[in-house]
Amino acid sequence: MKNNKDLYEVFLRSIRGIDHRHVGSLHADTPEQALIYARDVYTRRSEGVSIWVVKSNQISASQEEDCESFYDPMDDKPYRHASFYVLPEKVNNM
Amino acid sequence: MTNTSNDALYHYVLGLADDALILGQRTSEWCSRGPFLEEDISLSNLALDYIGRARMFYQYAAQVEGIGRTEDDLAYFRDERAFSNLLINELPNYDFAFSIVRQYFIDVHACLYLEQLKYSSDAHLAQVATKAIKESRYHLKRSETWLLQLGQGTTESHERMQNAVDELWGYTSELFLMSDAETQLLSSGICVDRSELQEPWMAQVSADLSASSLAVPDQQWNVVGGRKGDHSEHLGHILAELQILQRSYPGLQW
Repeated sequence: MKNNKDLYEVFLRSIRGIDHRHVGSLHADTPEQALIYARDVYTRRSEGVSIWVVKSNQISASQEEDCESFYDPMDDKPYRHASFYVLPEKVNNM
Repeated sequence: MTNTSNDALYHYVLGLADDALILGQRTSEWCSRGPFLEEDISLSNLALDYIGRARMFYQYAAQVEGIGRTEDDLAYFRDERAFSNLLINELPNYDFAFSIVRQYFIDVHACLYLEQLKYSSDAHLAQVATKAIKESRYHLKRSETWLLQLGQGTTESHERMQNAVDELWGYTSELFLMSDAETQLLSSGICVDRSELQEPWMAQVSADLSASSLAVPDQQWNVVGGRKGDHSEHLGHILAELQILQRSYPGLQW
């Protein structure tokens, strides 16, 4: 078929309290239709309680060549990690 | 319960079961033939929703009948004339527009119908309706979206949608026709008064068709008879495909 549909990225919240996670992508003509398809393609086995769809071309992504300037400088700054206290059990999803 | 009203209940539930089975089977023909992958999956889900609904009604019909027949007996071992589905469900898919418009007409009806069946004095039917209406509300969202999109789409999509509306229109009056069984059960609050749904259905459909740049047909012809077992030539073919395995190997299991 001639595919002139937009690509959408699908994010699912599996249970309340958890963040939306990227689960895949799909083609649709409109955001409404993308939500409908996301429901049928990604939640038919009760995988989700909330869906986000975002047009793939609306996502700005970091590039491979950015790695050096983006991430390497963090390697020697351990003081930025909250590693000196224990999280209470109840906030186990942080 | 007297035998007469038990018989009416059986035929009433059987009609609802046949509606769901035949539409589910018809819709399942899209599986692997959908216009694109996402829609293919969506259509197959829709078909399965209807097969699931058919099972709930057949199980109950079998129980009401009370002579030891099962849901499978009712689905696979009755002939064409014993099927009482409304004709709109058995029409071929023709093209995508036809399937969508059929589904849209049925979805609007199902939402109105199930909303009332939820309050049936028959607890079992009320329970099935409570479950099924959630699905139908979703189906309607789907078919409404397509109606709008294809009605306002290209010249060709608009033409195909209008053709489908015109062709299906004459089959919609049957959705509001009370069967003998329904007339008998009405006073006991078991079934829904279909005739009362015509006005709200027409109001919603007219509004949606206009919003989709589609014309409400002014034709007067209509075809009825499904509930009495008077079917189009299409039902025999659909049953042949649906029943051949169980007819060839009775009792065969997965």
